[in-house]
Order: sequence, then C-alpha cells, then structure tokens
Amino acid sequence: MPDSAAMLDVAGLRKRFGTLEVLRGIDLTVRPQELVFVIGPSGSGKSTLLRCCNRLEEPDEGSIRVDGVELLDPRTDINAMRRQIGMVFQSFNLYPHMTVLANITLALRKSLGKSRAEARDIGEAALARVGLADKAGAYPAQLSGGQQQRAAIARAVALEPKIMLFDEPTSALDPELVGSVLAVMRELRGAGMTMVVVSHEMRFAREAADRVVFMDAGAIVEEGPPEQIFGAPRHARTRSFLADFGG
Amino acid sequence: MDSSTIFLDAFLNPAVIDRYLPDILKGMVVTVEVALAVVATGIALGLALAALRSFRVRAVNAAIVLFVDVFRALPPLVVILIVYFGLPSVGITLSGFAVLWLVLSLVLAAFAEEIFWSGILSIRKGQWEAARSTGLTFVQTLVWVILPQAVRMTVPPLTNRTIAITKNSALGAVIGVPEILMQAQTAQSFSGNATPLLLGAIAYIVLFVPVVALGRWLETRFAWGRS
Repeated sequence: MPDSAAMLDVAGLRKRFGTLEVLRGIDLTVRPQELVFVIGPSGSGKSTLLRCCNRLEEPDEGSIRVDGVELLDPRTDINAMRRQIGMVFQSFNLYPHMTVLANITLALRKSLGKSRAEARDIGEAALARVGLADKAGAYPAQLSGGQQQRAAIARAVALEPKIMLFDEPTSALDPELVGSVLAVMRELRGAGMTMVVVSHEMRFAREAADRVVFMDAGAIVEEGPPEQIFGAPRHARTRSFLADFGG
Repeated sequence: MDSSTIFLDAFLNPAVIDRYLPDILKGMVVTVEVALAVVATGIALGLALAALRSFRVRAVNAAIVLFVDVFRALPPLVVILIVYFGLPSVGITLSGFAVLWLVLSLVLAAFAEEIFWSGILSIRKGQWEAARSTGLTFVQTLVWVILPQAVRMTVPPLTNRTIAITKNSALGAVIGVPEILMQAQTAQSFSGNATPLLLGAIAYIVLFVPVVALGRWLETRFAWGRS
C-alpha cells in the first residue's frame, strides 16, 4: 500500500537499458522534510533511480508517487509535476546564452505564467537565498563552478518544489568550491525542504542526512540512519564499499 | 595603340560605361531583391525543417532527409532549367524571378536545415533535461533553450553557405531575370565590348564584400563563452 504521508513513494521500480537491468525492484519512501542520501558504487543505479523520479528516465515497471500523485499514470500532467520536483545536476546545466536571472525566470514565466516583474522578484529572492544576489546579470560562463551550481539550485528552488533531487551536485566541483554548495543544501534542509541526494560527500551525509540508502547492482542493499550505515553497516557489500571509499 | 590602351578600351571603355552603367545598376537592384527574398525564405524554411526534425517522427524525418539530400546533390542550374522550362508543359507558368527565388530558396533551405540540425544535435542533452525538469514542454525547451544556442553556433557556416547560394542569383541570366549578369551580358553583346562584364563583376564585389565582412563580424559577435 502506498504510504499516504510520504512525499516520495517508490515501489517495485524496474528499469532496463537493453538487456542490462539497472533497477531491480526499488522500494523507497521519503517523508516530508526528510533528507535521504543515496550512496553506492558507480553503475549501482542510484542516478537512474533519481532520474526516474521526475521521469527524465522512463521506468519499465513500478510506481512513483510524489505527494500522492502517481507519476507513471499517463493521465498525470508530467510538466506540472516536474515543477514540483526540483532537480539539480552534476554538470549544472545552466543555459549559457541567458543571464543567471533569466535562467531562473524562464520556467517561472513560460511554465508558471508569471509576469516578467513577478518572475524577476522571485528570481532575485532565490538568488539572494543562495548568496548570488550580485550575480543576477552575469552569464554562467562568468561564474565559478560553485556559483554555477548555486545558481542552478536557485533555478529549481524558485519554482517552490515540494521535493528536490540532487544528482551528484558537487562531483564536478573543485574541492574548495564544494563547501559553498553544501552550505546552500544545509540551508534548504533547515528550511524544511524534502531532499534526495545522490552523492559521494560522506562527511555531509554523516552530518546532514536523516537516512542513508546504500545501493548496489540495481537494488537497495541496506538503509538506515547515518550512524548505523557508516558506524555499523550490516552488509558485507556496504562495508567493502565504505572501506574502498576510505570513509 | 599600346597595350594599356587596348586593355582599357576592352574593359573600361568610357563610352560603354556611360551607356550601360544604368542597366548594370538596375541589375544590382534585381540581384539584391532576389538575394533578400532567397535569404528570408531559405533560412526560415531551413530552420522550420530542422525544428520539425527534432520531433523525431520517423516518416517526417525520412522525407526531410530526402529533400535535403536531393537539393544538396543537384546543381541549382539543373533545377532552375527543369522548373522554368518544364512546369509550363504541365500548365504552370512562373516568371523567371519566381523560379529563381523558389529554386534558390529550396537549395538554401536544404543546406540551412543541415547546418541548423547539426547545431541542434551539438547542444548537450543536459540542456534539454534541465529545461524539462523545470516543467517546460518540449516545444518551449526547443524555442527558448535549444534553438537560440544552436542558431548562434551556426552563424559562421550559415553565413558562408548563404553567400555561396545567393551568388547563384547570376543563374537568373539563363532564364531572363534582368539581374546583374543578364544586364552585363546583354550590354556586352550590344556593344561588342567586355566593359559591361567587368562592371558586372565590380557590382558583385560592391554587393557581396560588405556581406562577407558582416559575416566575419557576426562570427566574432556570436563567439561567446560556452560553459
């Protein structure tokens, strides 16, 4: 039975690329305001799982409910749902031909139908929130990687999503820039945002996650609070992954 | 007569210039009209076809590729002759100007489609994903995120191709379009002197050198930093 209190409820999710089964029946529930960290070796399916959660990938089987609405139902307006599911990418994916502010206001205006002035106010507030109030008129190429990723977070946050998905948000960043992005994520968590984070930032997971999910070979091997996963992992595969990681 | 006098008499004869320069100038006006009409419809059609192709409907794309390949393979003169001399026998008569405009537009559209399409393909998948993830539709993403980037990248090759194809307006001489070359040829045969042909060449230089320079300027203008 779907958990009605869940913000995100994934059940029996399967996804194949050709003959390779990358998700082999995933069940995952994320409650409102929860920060769930998904870790695992590359190729474990964690990014695919995240990308299924706003249907950038089409799952083959299963159910994904966001705030009670079934994403895989053909009658669901996927564009309306995607506005409520913020996504942050490893490679930022800002629009290089637009200013930072225009990056944020595009969906506000074209998808939500806000006026130019209204979109601008929302956009500026979102930029202030991620510490980029002075970069509204800059182009993405003029920003550092950390600033670009914060702008990308602002683009997602401006739509006031119910949940945010982070796909390795700091993996493309130089180490000294990671902190500023994590600080923004910490602020979002403090403000009660529901978040699913695929990342290798184990220190951040230990400190900020409510729950850590370890995936391997397309399945969830174990999940639990960070103290348990990092302190006393039950499964050998989790232990060997964390050992390889030096975490 | 020494050799320089012979040369000047053959190519820059003052009496011939005086007599036929007005015709050449009229020809320039016609060439500009053809060129502008071809650029407007050819590039618009090329962009429309490339946008249509991005919907990836198999049958539609097969038709687009067929059109593009045929018009890229055929010499424009062959198409012009077929349309101009062939269509009247099935009851369709078009003016020389219309035939020239139509054929060159189709040729430019074919090349422009390929250039725009490669531009669209060169935009990273992440741009599509980022836009779609904010709730923008496929068409909104294409219009606001993909095409502006694709078009910018295609300015240099497109400018070169456009110049090459609009210069083919000289083919109008074969079907009686009174553009530069037609005027120059007529004047040459009436005067028995090559001066009008040189005037025609100068007219092309006057028209197209600024366009080439504009192309170079656009190239630098649109070469902006990609992240």
